[in-house]
Amino acid sequence: MARSPWGQDVPIHIAWFLIYVCAIGGLAFLIVHAIYVRYFAKEEEFAGTVNPKVAATVPERVKRHSFAARAFHWIMAAAMLTLLFTAFLPKVGVQFNWVPIHWIAGLVLTASILFHIIHATFFMDFWAIWPNKQDLEEGRNRMRRALGENAPAPRRFAKYPLENKMYHGVIVLAGLAVVCTGVFMLFRVRTGILPRNPYLFGDMTWGLMYVLHGLAGVGLIALIMVHIYFAMRPEKFVLTKSMVFGDLPKEYYLSHHDAERWVVAESSMSQGASD
Amino acid sequence: MAVIRDVMPAFDLLQPTSADEAQKLLQQHGRDAWVLAGGLDSFDWLKDRIKKPRVVVDLSGIDELRGVRSMSDGGVEIGAMTTLTEVVTNPTIKQKFALLSQGAELAASPQIRNQGTLGGNISQDARCHYYRAGWPCYRAGGNICYADTPTGRNREHAILDANRCVAVNPSDSAPALIALDAKFVIKTSKGDKVIDAEDYFIGPDIDITRLNILRPGDLLTAIRIPATWANAQFFFEKVRDRNVWDFALLNVASAMKVSGGTIQDARIAVNGAAARPLRLKAVEDAVKGKANNAATGEMAGKLAVQGAMPLQFNAYKIPLMRNLVKRSISGVEVASWAS
Repeated sequence: MARSPWGQDVPIHIAWFLIYVCAIGGLAFLIVHAIYVRYFAKEEEFAGTVNPKVAATVPERVKRHSFAARAFHWIMAAAMLTLLFTAFLPKVGVQFNWVPIHWIAGLVLTASILFHIIHATFFMDFWAIWPNKQDLEEGRNRMRRALGENAPAPRRFAKYPLENKMYHGVIVLAGLAVVCTGVFMLFRVRTGILPRNPYLFGDMTWGLMYVLHGLAGVGLIALIMVHIYFAMRPEKFVLTKSMVFGDLPKEYYLSHHDAERWVVAESSMSQGASD
Repeated sequence: MAVIRDVMPAFDLLQPTSADEAQKLLQQHGRDAWVLAGGLDSFDWLKDRIKKPRVVVDLSGIDELRGVRSMSDGGVEIGAMTTLTEVVTNPTIKQKFALLSQGAELAASPQIRNQGTLGGNISQDARCHYYRAGWPCYRAGGNICYADTPTGRNREHAILDANRCVAVNPSDSAPALIALDAKFVIKTSKGDKVIDAEDYFIGPDIDITRLNILRPGDLLTAIRIPATWANAQFFFEKVRDRNVWDFALLNVASAMKVSGGTIQDARIAVNGAAARPLRLKAVEDAVKGKANNAATGEMAGKLAVQGAMPLQFNAYKIPLMRNLVKRSISGVEVASWAS
């Protein structure tokens, strides 16, 4: 908080120790999860068996991500990492001319997210990434089984497990928060693109915008740490490879995904291969 | 904003008697400590109750930080606590490095030069009136520059290298020291380090909250001027609103080695144009090997202001800087602009 020239107490930014809170929080999650998986987690079990007739129609390589989706993912990843490093390294003592790199990376992120929104809305199965009632019920059952309670075995996943969908939802919130506030912040610096206008909003609105930008930013530290951790885990590495090459092995598809919920039969490849 | 002048906030006053002791105290108290040299910058902050340090480390009792000493290479070492008056009147500096004498003599007023120190003059904080009033601007850790707004008063502010904050460095001795290729000695927890004068200053692109590289625990102890530029051809000019007790709108310092009317080597620096004193390296390179006449000066002046971006009320600084740089090359007599 600070006192504005008009005597008003206004927020100006987040407390920077939150950088360490989020980094340590993210690290703690990784350690706890790694220990849980190594020593306590049970083998994944799914209800039912794969229909051999359906299995016969599945190609050897199941397309999971289109080129456009993969390009979006990696461009967004590069922009996001650039944004995080340029935002927080100066705050922990590594000083360099970060502002131009930060706002240019911010523009790249904004453009890639706009592309993704249009692409996902009109050219992909929009609802594939959003949790539905069945996801929640099965998620609850999986949780109960993990805790040792009796619960029906869940069906195999559709294209995305509930965890992916929930992570996507949180990233959407944090990403939109930094992008929306960041676009307005472009009016505060000399970019050569937008006319500087620090009076676009009042001090309180600007202050809240900086706080929201900061909170979403530090939150993304933990979220990105978790994302990279799961991408590196051996049992998930096949999914990481699919984000590079675009497809999954048939065996993985049949053991983890429900062919009725994510249809990828040769004749309907294009339907399931767009995200 | 109400400013309470007169009574300073309470703090612990520590008065070390050696540079080592002072550095250890600064290290011990970190960001809670405030370095007090001549007090001319410090007491403004303290009496306005804008800076409220828990500990003030007063350097006035450290004799080793005072005085001008000759070095074996023919240069001089000046203690950071040497007053500006001592710098101005020292015979060796006047004889060999008159550029520094000229710059220091144009700082403030005789009374202030009697109290103000060379280390304090080069390390003083920005004089932007919004920042000094205690408003939550970028330099104060906030998220706005009040001077760089559609209605901001920015006559004294930066035309070059602005990055969110548009405050300028106010020192008169800094450009002279850069032109003389001075080295600054800094005592840190890891020992002494010696850096070039131009590297002592940093702009808002690197750190928006400070004007120099000193971190908590660091202490500037001495300024060394090598013999390299002794008795070179010097030029110092300061432009200000009144002829005494005022900060520079712009100043320029140059040291040139001229032989047969040709510039063999040159170092030129300006201050008041950016948040740090700017060494005009491109200008130096451009004038080497050229005659030190009006044409070279004119070319140098135009080159110096390339990339300048004026604010609402400081566009005058562009022709001012152009002309000062021209005069620093070709001298005052031939430096009137034809255009």
